Amino acid sequence: MSNEDFKPVLLARQGKPNSHKLETYKADGGYQALAKALAMKNTEVIDVVKASGLRGRGGAGFPTGLKWTFLPKDVSGPIYLCINGDESEPGTFNNRVLIEQDPHQVLEGIVISSFATRTTTAYFYLRYEYGRCYRVLKDAIDEMYANNLLGKNILGSGYDLDVHLHRGACAYICGEETGLIESLEGKRAWPRIKPPFPAIEGAFRRPTVVNNVETMACIPHILNHGAEWFMSMGVPKDPNNPRDAGSYGPKLYCISGHVNKPGLVELPMGISARDLIDKHAGGVWKGRKAKAVVPGGISMGFMSEKELDTPLDFAGPGRVGCLGLGTAAVIVIDDHTSMVDVLYNACRFFAHESCGQCTPCREGTAWSTKILERIRDGRGKLSDIDLLLEISGSMGTIPGTTICGLADGAAWPMKNAIHKFRPEFEEYIQSGRRSESPALAGSH
Amino acid sequence: MAKVIVNDIEVDADPKDNCILAARKAGVEIPHYCWHESLSVVASCRMCLVEVGERKPDGTVVMGPKLVPGCQTPIREGTVIRTDTDKVKTTQAMTLELLLLNHPLDCSICDQAGECYLQDYTYKFGKAHSRLDEPKIQRMDKYHIGEQIALFTDRCVMCTRCVRFTREISGTAELQVVARGSHEEIDVFPEVPCDNKLAGNVVDLCPVGALCSKDFLYKKRVWWLTHSDSVCTGCSTGCSIQVDQSEDKVYRLRPRENPLAQGHFMCDEGRFGFKYIHDDLRLKLPKISASFSKAPASNLPDRKPSGTADLDFSDPWSEALSIARSKIKEAIKNDAGGFVAVLSPFMSVEEAYLLAGFLKGLDQRIRLVLGPVPVVGGDDKYPKDSKGQSPAQDKVKFTIRAEKCPNRLGVEAILRHYEGQVVTLDNVLHKADATAYYFVGGYIQGWVTEAMDRAIGKPALLIVQDIFPSPLSNRADFVLPSASFAERDGTYVNHSGLAQAAHGAIRCPGDARADGRILMELSQRKGLFNAMTLRKEIGRTVPALAALSVGDLGDYGVKIATTASEPILS
Repeated sequence: MSNEDFKPVLLARQGKPNSHKLETYKADGGYQALAKALAMKNTEVIDVVKASGLRGRGGAGFPTGLKWTFLPKDVSGPIYLCINGDESEPGTFNNRVLIEQDPHQVLEGIVISSFATRTTTAYFYLRYEYGRCYRVLKDAIDEMYANNLLGKNILGSGYDLDVHLHRGACAYICGEETGLIESLEGKRAWPRIKPPFPAIEGAFRRPTVVNNVETMACIPHILNHGAEWFMSMGVPKDPNNPRDAGSYGPKLYCISGHVNKPGLVELPMGISARDLIDKHAGGVWKGRKAKAVVPGGISMGFMSEKELDTPLDFAGPGRVGCLGLGTAAVIVIDDHTSMVDVLYNACRFFAHESCGQCTPCREGTAWSTKILERIRDGRGKLSDIDLLLEISGSMGTIPGTTICGLADGAAWPMKNAIHKFRPEFEEYIQSGRRSESPALAGSH
Repeated sequence: MAKVIVNDIEVDADPKDNCILAARKAGVEIPHYCWHESLSVVASCRMCLVEVGERKPDGTVVMGPKLVPGCQTPIREGTVIRTDTDKVKTTQAMTLELLLLNHPLDCSICDQAGECYLQDYTYKFGKAHSRLDEPKIQRMDKYHIGEQIALFTDRCVMCTRCVRFTREISGTAELQVVARGSHEEIDVFPEVPCDNKLAGNVVDLCPVGALCSKDFLYKKRVWWLTHSDSVCTGCSTGCSIQVDQSEDKVYRLRPRENPLAQGHFMCDEGRFGFKYIHDDLRLKLPKISASFSKAPASNLPDRKPSGTADLDFSDPWSEALSIARSKIKEAIKNDAGGFVAVLSPFMSVEEAYLLAGFLKGLDQRIRLVLGPVPVVGGDDKYPKDSKGQSPAQDKVKFTIRAEKCPNRLGVEAILRHYEGQVVTLDNVLHKADATAYYFVGGYIQGWVTEAMDRAIGKPALLIVQDIFPSPLSNRADFVLPSASFAERDGTYVNHSGLAQAAHGAIRCPGDARADGRILMELSQRKGLFNAMTLRKEIGRTVPALAALSVGDLGDYGVKIATTASEPILS
């Protein structure tokens, strides 16, 4: 399927009047997938999702069906499903649009996923700042209870499910899988050490699955159209790499930064960053050229201009030294912008959001911010560049020095910016100039 | 047992051990801050990162791709731990540099200096210079954090041991982490200081100088302190402790790890309750009443200061003890059945044995009784729940016992051996048939009640061996000033029948003497008091205490067969 013929799937109902209402959703064929799923065995639902190759949309891209199979088979007592709606990766806003415009699509996915995982209680962990989402979701959940789509004996199937809407704790770290669980339990969102993984011991020490909102939105469509339809979109597995799980299905790309037309675009996985910017975002603004592009939220690092033909699928950004696809939040930085300023803003964000549990992240993020602050103040030293590299190399789960991936996300922009734009940093420091641009907004 | 290879050294480790414990068995130190044996694992300081791999049955070694925290990683047969690779060393040095980034480096005025894990680890694993060019984060000290503890916020390394202690051991949960990232601090809720009865332990738990004991603050440099292993005499839990002294002054008590006794901790009552040993009121001179003394004055003359012409080298003790000995014999001749020796539960097993053996050797009819056993309230069990309720028995992690003496069981064992049964003082006072008393005190608080005082009246002979004056000592025929727990060696048997050896740390004040020495001389035994020799003798003589025959009780002590659970006699 070429990108030109592609008709939006997840965003199909966007902009329709009252698209957030149950009746319009039903009129558009909503909740048929649920009825279909409830007529199946729960293991059959898992098999369909597994066969579709759906990978988690939250950032790590873990195969969703596989995650569900990690739940212990013969467990007595509750299993929990947590929906991660704590969307706070800079540049990302797809969950917000999905929830505000089409909450029932997400909720249908939640009911199907809960059924598949034998969950009878699901927690929707929603970013606190998303007030409108909260109100829309609350109404949608009420509508569902009123129409026997939640509660006891859903659609006469004998399956019971309660969905609790939980507003988040205003921190980036609450979006980390185990940080979310801790926060849900009413504690500081300090990510847990693993093992045990949440599938074995998660929320309230029970087996737990944590899934992203966009992942949930994909589920009804997979049930409706089948795994093969889903696999017809996107980038197939690399036959030479047995560990590649492929990048199938539609994906929401959030485009922001220095483009003419920022916004949310739905496309099959694998479009190149250049196409995305030029064809779907109106090109770089003011007729300028892109200097760097963030492929999927600031924690994924930077692609330089010559790397823009990289396909934005799960494997693509990794091939050019980025951390991964992340949330597919593409931030475009034009050639008039100093990478020192960009990196400073990224570091400031992570220093502010580091939960403070692990020493390398707590101190490393703050230290790198201080160093960049000094460089921007015209007091940089050339040795600072290597120091920044050393700090970034010593924190994260990849070297094994932290509990969660926040530090990897903090380290990657530093590594990428310095490796790909080192001459610019050197020139900046040697010139001794002070940054004219104010400290950028976003972290406080 | 599982074979573990630590830096090429092969050791047997417990399969329940983590890498830190396994490496310790191989003599390899894995540095750590947040991990503590008694607390939950958080693996957040990232100081204990090591390389871990596995030795396959065919002998090949496969190492893991990344560093793992030693505290969180369990071992199994064939686990390979490496702490000497460049990767580990670089990471350790980097973690230390990061920990010291905002640390004020005020070692010269820090109480912890000398026993600080930041100092020690930096010396062993760190580097000499910090590359931080920017100003450090300034933080306010928090003296208000507890009645006994002060927080020097800027020295903190955020290991959260203290927070976990108040949540998991005391259950009172006063301490918490506030703010986020590098601005994190330990704090309490306003108006809710960390004042639980176990609060002092957070000072020991703190690996750096952040949490300090106000009682010890700025009193002594720790490298001047000498440490003696001892036993807390505050209650029948019998916590293993360490007495830190310098120049005959005890500066602090600290718990000594003992899995058989109390674990890693001790209560504040015991920790700060040692001050009485330096009280000015302590009895310091032996006293003979005027009617018994050869000298005209009631008190033996104070020895004159040296340098004066008229030097007096007389030993106040030899006269007192020799007269006392003859008076005891006289009293026995008059009414052996009316001679009552009162053994205090603060006596060590050795002392009780010496006194009982001496008196029973003079006459079998002499009665040996148990002195008052101080009991305050009920056992105080931790962790408390949010409402302050004690936990279920199987969840108890620490108990402050109601019986406020260290050695009731040990003294009772001696009494049973010599007397056949345990008779209490109350019983004797009730019968009112005693004509002579030998009292041994040693109590921390006043123990002679008015009623007791009246009932004792004025016997034909009254000998009091004690550390503090009391109505009895004021009118005693003989006052033999004795020693507190910090001044003498001996064995105490705790509530569960665990016999532990305490070692004297300091000398007695004035002319006071250790009880053992007094009794050795009184009974005219040959040689000097030696707890270990006596323990061996007791082990041979007293069947109930046969376990003491090993002499050296080791760091943890030995269990003796005892009827431990017997209730306290009223």
